[in-house]
Amino acid sequence: MTEQNLSRRTLLAGTGALVVSILLPEGAQGQSPDLPSGGRLNERIEVRADGTIHVHVGRIEMGQGLRTAIATLAAEELEVPPERIVVAPVDTASAPNEGYTDGSASMQSTGTAVRRAAAAAREALLALASRQLGVPAPALRVEDGIISGGGRRVSYGALAGAVAAQAAPAARAALKPPRDYRRIGRAAPRLDLPAKLTGRAAYLQDFRLPGMRHARVLRPPSYGARLAALDTDAVAALPGVAEIVRNGRFVAVVAEREDEAIRALDHLRSAARWRESESLPGRDALFAYLRAEAGLAEDEAPSTGRRISATYEVPYRMHGAIGPSAAVAEFRDGRLTVWTHAQGVYPLRASLAGLLGLPESRVRCIHMESAGCYGHNGADDAAADAALIARAVPGRPVRLQWMREDEHLWEPYGPAMVMRLSGEVDRAGRVAAWRHIVVSAPHASRPGGAARLLAAQHVEPPVAASFLGGFSQWGGGGGYNAEPYYEVPARVDSRFVRHGPLRSSALRSLGAFANVVAIESFMDELALSAGLDPAAFRAAHLRDPRAVAVIEQAVADFGWQAFRRVPGRGRGIGFARLDNSGAYVAVVSEAEIDAASGRPRIRRMVGAVDCGEVISPDGVRNQIEGGMVQAASWTLLELVDFDRSRVLSRDWDSYPILRITEAPNVTVSLIDRPGEPYLGVGEAAMGPAGASVANAVAQARGRRRRTLPLADAG
Amino acid sequence: MHVAFRLNGAEVAVEVDPSAPLLYVLRNDFALNSPKFGCGRAQCGACRVIVEGEAIFSCVTAIGDVAGHSVETLEGIGSLERPHPLQRAFLDEQAAQCGYCSSGMIMAAKVLLDHHPDPSEADIRMALERHLCRCGIYHRIIRAVRRAAGEMTR
Repeated sequence: MTEQNLSRRTLLAGTGALVVSILLPEGAQGQSPDLPSGGRLNERIEVRADGTIHVHVGRIEMGQGLRTAIATLAAEELEVPPERIVVAPVDTASAPNEGYTDGSASMQSTGTAVRRAAAAAREALLALASRQLGVPAPALRVEDGIISGGGRRVSYGALAGAVAAQAAPAARAALKPPRDYRRIGRAAPRLDLPAKLTGRAAYLQDFRLPGMRHARVLRPPSYGARLAALDTDAVAALPGVAEIVRNGRFVAVVAEREDEAIRALDHLRSAARWRESESLPGRDALFAYLRAEAGLAEDEAPSTGRRISATYEVPYRMHGAIGPSAAVAEFRDGRLTVWTHAQGVYPLRASLAGLLGLPESRVRCIHMESAGCYGHNGADDAAADAALIARAVPGRPVRLQWMREDEHLWEPYGPAMVMRLSGEVDRAGRVAAWRHIVVSAPHASRPGGAARLLAAQHVEPPVAASFLGGFSQWGGGGGYNAEPYYEVPARVDSRFVRHGPLRSSALRSLGAFANVVAIESFMDELALSAGLDPAAFRAAHLRDPRAVAVIEQAVADFGWQAFRRVPGRGRGIGFARLDNSGAYVAVVSEAEIDAASGRPRIRRMVGAVDCGEVISPDGVRNQIEGGMVQAASWTLLELVDFDRSRVLSRDWDSYPILRITEAPNVTVSLIDRPGEPYLGVGEAAMGPAGASVANAVAQARGRRRRTLPLADAG
Repeated sequence: MHVAFRLNGAEVAVEVDPSAPLLYVLRNDFALNSPKFGCGRAQCGACRVIVEGEAIFSCVTAIGDVAGHSVETLEGIGSLERPHPLQRAFLDEQAAQCGYCSSGMIMAAKVLLDHHPDPSEADIRMALERHLCRCGIYHRIIRAVRRAAGEMTR
């Protein structure tokens, strides 16, 4: 944390550091921020006099193991233990701007660039050592940050301490060949877990500042609710209450103690009178609403002869972070500082500046970890809430944490989608026709301006009239993975529903989950219609040997051939390459229908993944395993319920997710490709895993239901 | 009101409204990080701590109700330098992603192992039934608890 207090000047102009720029590939960079100095903060590696190596990148840790993987890559090229690598906090005062941490792209872009820069730093250090020791560089060796040769030795720290802050040339240094790897592909325990598992301060929620007060926000009961009356006098008189902040429909309470803020919120809730309206279609009419908005006929063409048609439906789902969104904010001397778990501190800064009418130079956003977010959840909104509150009570920091129902009712959900597929298999067992129409609400409503922040609609006058305005284009993501990776004559038509009924944004894998569930379900339906084995049918339509390899691996690990079908049990496969350019994942699941309840459960899931060169084997496994189980939860259980006026899923009882009592046994095989580019894994399992569950449940039931979730009896 | 209780082996006291949930007293008055706010409704288990040998939901337990009793949190069972076998097993199995649910899981698992040193997989699932892990690594958590049980009985 100390690093956050260092100014940029100290970082760059302090003597005794060797600085090497990290050159990101074109297009991987966020927009250049305007800095007071006119320069920009670069991705860089700093080798410091104390022997520590600081890596400054713009991507954040959110439980996916990013810091450990970045440290592993830098440590490999620099020949130091990973513990020596400090991955610097992402802070708009010191960090480069890489926009959002999303798209499973961190290793592919930033990771690759960090490795190149670490190799360049090593070469620069070797050149310095060669001069100092009088030994030619090729005769030097490095061990644990010590360079030796000719009977003499010098440390990285001593070399760095002797140079004035200087940028070494970011020449194209040679990367280590895979045969020399000592860390890449080996066990690399997560560097952040010891603190998290022993109660050390590890999360934004654990961040405490002197004089900090606690806030809670009174949210409306529904999207369209107007505040008719609110008498705050009684609440203001409660013990510990310092301030009631009121601005239009935005109402918050600040108290000395957290429990006092929560009690005051309860009283505010009782005191508020709201006027609600019936502005939503209601859950039962959701998919008809989406079809109508997209101009899709209510009924699909009937299946005739070899021609099969099927319509798949995926409802709104939550990110469902176990820790509700939080932020700490301080407004002092006209400057705002916000500690946040948002996925992009620079876009958030721009949005907050717009919301508060401050120049960006007076807003600083500092990232800290929170519970896993799985995409764009309430993080930015909580930061905006805290900023509005802090400005109303300047001079002392304020900590805001959303209550459970704030997160459940107001986070931007993963959008509902409708996929209509039709196609046929010819007499030779080949897919002869394939048509896929995707209907999707917006996947991308991340803040890129104040209008996307929740509070922007609640303040008076509102910065934004609704969640729905301003989407003039596709909104990104609905077409993710809609093109089949198979060799089929595909015609794909993506239709964007600008006015989805519920607030929605980026949820892990965007439209890839729904599209792959639909594609892979349809592959099974086609194979079944032709009497072909679903796994062999897939392999027969793939040209990419890496795709075939993950399918064969998962099928072998599962025991596909030996599986004995009995009534009430089924197996199912799912495959995809994330957006047809990322990691390859195949999953096979086994489902069982509980005889007493009639409900399906997943007994086991077997995955296989090819993500290019594996940096951290267990890091990849953990991401894929967790993705598989989360996708099983989405597929079996999850649905945001709502009526004509309100969202009804307000807690874990009304929005059930998979519990440990129903959790499948999970194994994952890795197919390592040393020397191949890194392919991100964060989102890669969602579609294949969901599809394998859908297919296994369909076989276990003996009939297919095409609307998620699937776990109801019947 | 003055509330005195035993916290991780030490006698402590606090001036507080007796109806305040134990969770906030632990986090804010005693600066303990491990009990986490997750739902405030005893639905997710992130706040679970041990009171008199029982795993309880500190988000719905009034501080007044623990007066005179013994409270144990993750910080009390082990540390970075001297981890409890459960903490070591969670590290060995890398049984965490974001780690937000881990503390509550470990506290419930400790109560299980205190009563059943050699639990079956079904026992572990039942003991952790009221804990949610959104990262989806229940199977690793089960493995970690089994590993800890094995090490503790060896």
